[in-house]
Amino acid sequence: MLKYLASRLLTFIPTFIGVTLISFAFIRLLPGDPIIVMAGERGMSEERYAELSAQLGFDRPIYVQFWEYLTGVLQGDLGYSFVTRRPVWDEFFSLFPATLELSICAMIFAIALGLPAGVIAAVNRGKFFDRALMSTALVGYSMPIFWWALLLIIIFSGNLGWTPVSGRIDLIYYFSNPTGFMLIDAIKSGQDGALASALRHLLLPAIVLGTIPLAVIARQTRSAMLEVLGEDYIRTARAKGMSPARVNGIHALRNALIPVITVIGLSVGTLLAGAILTETIFSWPGIGKWMVDSIFRRDYPVVQGGLLLIAVMVMLVNLTVDLLYGVINPKIRKR
Amino acid sequence: MKLRSYLATGAMIAFGAGAASAQSLVYCSEGSPEGFDAALYTSGTTFDASSQPMFNRLAQFIPGTTEVEPGLAESWEISEDGKTVTFKLREGVKFHSNDQFTPTRDFNADDVIFTFDRQGNPDNPYNKISGGSWEYYAGMSMPDLLESVEKVDDYTVKFHLTRPDAPFIANMAMDFASIQSKEYADAMLEAGTPEALNQKPIGTGPFTFQAYQKDAIIRYVRNDDYWGPQARVESLIFAITPDASVRYQKVKAGECHIMAYPNPADVQEMKDNADIVVMEQEGLNVGYMAYNTQMEPFDNPKVRKALNMAIDKQAIIDVVFQGSGQIAKNPIPPTMWGYNDAVEDDPHDPEASKKMLEEEGVENLKMKIWAMPVQRPYNPNARRMAELMQEDFSKVGVDVEIVSYEWGEYLERSSDVNRDGAVLLGWTGDNGDPDNFLAVLLGCDGVGASNRAQWCYEPFDELINEAKVLTDQDERAKLYEEAQVVFKEQAPWATIAHSVVYMPMRPEVENYVVHPLGTHIFNEVGLSD
Repeated sequence: MLKYLASRLLTFIPTFIGVTLISFAFIRLLPGDPIIVMAGERGMSEERYAELSAQLGFDRPIYVQFWEYLTGVLQGDLGYSFVTRRPVWDEFFSLFPATLELSICAMIFAIALGLPAGVIAAVNRGKFFDRALMSTALVGYSMPIFWWALLLIIIFSGNLGWTPVSGRIDLIYYFSNPTGFMLIDAIKSGQDGALASALRHLLLPAIVLGTIPLAVIARQTRSAMLEVLGEDYIRTARAKGMSPARVNGIHALRNALIPVITVIGLSVGTLLAGAILTETIFSWPGIGKWMVDSIFRRDYPVVQGGLLLIAVMVMLVNLTVDLLYGVINPKIRKR
Repeated sequence: MKLRSYLATGAMIAFGAGAASAQSLVYCSEGSPEGFDAALYTSGTTFDASSQPMFNRLAQFIPGTTEVEPGLAESWEISEDGKTVTFKLREGVKFHSNDQFTPTRDFNADDVIFTFDRQGNPDNPYNKISGGSWEYYAGMSMPDLLESVEKVDDYTVKFHLTRPDAPFIANMAMDFASIQSKEYADAMLEAGTPEALNQKPIGTGPFTFQAYQKDAIIRYVRNDDYWGPQARVESLIFAITPDASVRYQKVKAGECHIMAYPNPADVQEMKDNADIVVMEQEGLNVGYMAYNTQMEPFDNPKVRKALNMAIDKQAIIDVVFQGSGQIAKNPIPPTMWGYNDAVEDDPHDPEASKKMLEEEGVENLKMKIWAMPVQRPYNPNARRMAELMQEDFSKVGVDVEIVSYEWGEYLERSSDVNRDGAVLLGWTGDNGDPDNFLAVLLGCDGVGASNRAQWCYEPFDELINEAKVLTDQDERAKLYEEAQVVFKEQAPWATIAHSVVYMPMRPEVENYVVHPLGTHIFNEVGLSD
């Protein structure tokens, strides 16, 4: 297992360098000069432009800029945001817990509903439940997040008043030394009703963000299960008189899980993309909105640093998924 | 640990204030501030959250107007040659305190000198801190204008100018001129945390800073030692909510008392809702189309005039602004002093327009119209606006191609003297002075930069230059009125619209005034029980 882990970690290095280069180049390839954007309609004199350009280091050749960025990254320094003048690193880690909390909850929602739904659909293949479920999944997958979120807000927050419209917790709660994970902070504070408030705020965003992964997981589970259910060993298990629950739940599901886990791992990328819209609508203070704002402002250090950190997160998730394969299927870790 | 106890106290205050919700005003704002040191930034979102609630300036705008009144300066005097302005400072003004800093003295002349010196003097230790791009200081020509700032005594400061400049007092009321504490700055420099000025602000304003969580929430509490009228609510909360539909839902649900920037399409529904009051005022802005007056055939004022007559502005107001705008006939908005209401707008008359073009020998004219890629207060949808104009122009035989660039490119290329085409753009006023529109956007100095019409017309330039150095406002207004007549005759732009600003709020909000300069001010806003 250790050898397996080491070999996986080794593949990290070229990917990491590639991502650093791409994230550096990507934002610079976009048209639009951050200094001009900063000045707006007012414009600025050429001297002022030159002065700011020198201050931000744009007057040096591009390979020098990249070299400095790369050496900075290796020393853990991602630079300072042009706009807020705060270290990118600090900004990322003040916002990331919110995204992580939301993503984890969305994923729990998606797996908790998607997995059983897929299994039930596969077992009842072709029957009404299967058809209904799969068409719902298709709708869920195709729904524009923006529209879906606003619809839920208007129904559940606006008309019914069951959930708050946006934010992470009621304004009366205020925590000292927050961890950034609202659920943990709410429990830690011990204030009456704080946890309930945080959960109510989390509900709609998690549903919205979890909708697409839910649909994907349900469909993937169904098709993987169908494949496995046709295998000889399932027929044998059934012939031996094993209970259907045991056959489907243990023999079939465990073998069907590999492709499902792959899909869950890949969903993490989708989840982060979805988080951008979800966070904007629900005023959720995470990294999605931070990245979008920074792209519009051509805030180079934030965009390149943020992209890099997100890429590392996705790589870590994929690594975890790879390791999970090994846990589920011992044959893989021996390869 | 000090920080912990401070935050804990803060928690108690916030908790208490929240429980008695009438004491806590919640504002749904549209975005995060870039920082809290307003002089470093240029966006209204940042000013709303920093300079307005927590700071004061030597002069200040009377709420709801563009007129200035004394602020931290009790009075001022302008020398006869207009080149020296002497401010008499208010005594007994206290700065806020926080866990790292407690002021030992009141506000005085040293703070004023520090505020401007750090922006203009490259040797000031604060000049380069937090990026040190003092955009407004530079934009308002302070580096050329300000010769020196002299301390006469603790409560008297003299500003020496290189030339007389009438808008100077109004500039002193702008956000970049917010007075910082020199004592705090020195203490932070010594502690090795000079960026604290931008992150944990200390001002003299009606609210003190309590906490900020990026992209989520900003908390302020009332400054009980405030020198002016006390804030009516105990705490002020900015709930940062970037999506306009969501802000609306929050006001509806009572999660916010007041919100900024509604979707124009929602305004009618809000007005029909008994739980929402919608205040409105014309914004201090103008949306225009600037011809390149140095290129044929647009160098001919009659051609420009003819094209202006082809534009159906009412249709633009209805379609693009969805009613939340008014037709502009002058380059300055009607809320500004010096506005010339006697000027008559060009009629919408395609027939006359066609005839006029023929008379000028313009046939089969092909032109470009530039449409901005972004939404701005003065133009919510430039692409749509350009399409409407394309249709209008086709009716008079002019073939229009619509072009657009990424915003930064757009700003840069549209400034070019050799630019091909008429450009859609606009302006929002900074200090309520007509000079800030007429000189910046149409003066000869702005050619190749902020003067997108590339228009340098001497009779006009003389008027605005004369008005700039006079101190009497009535005399200045007369000159600006005359300048607007010249502008209309020469038609370097098609003036299109001034947008209307809407502020939806709960009925319990009292005493809110829509500020024409676009900032949102809560200093004297209260809540009824």
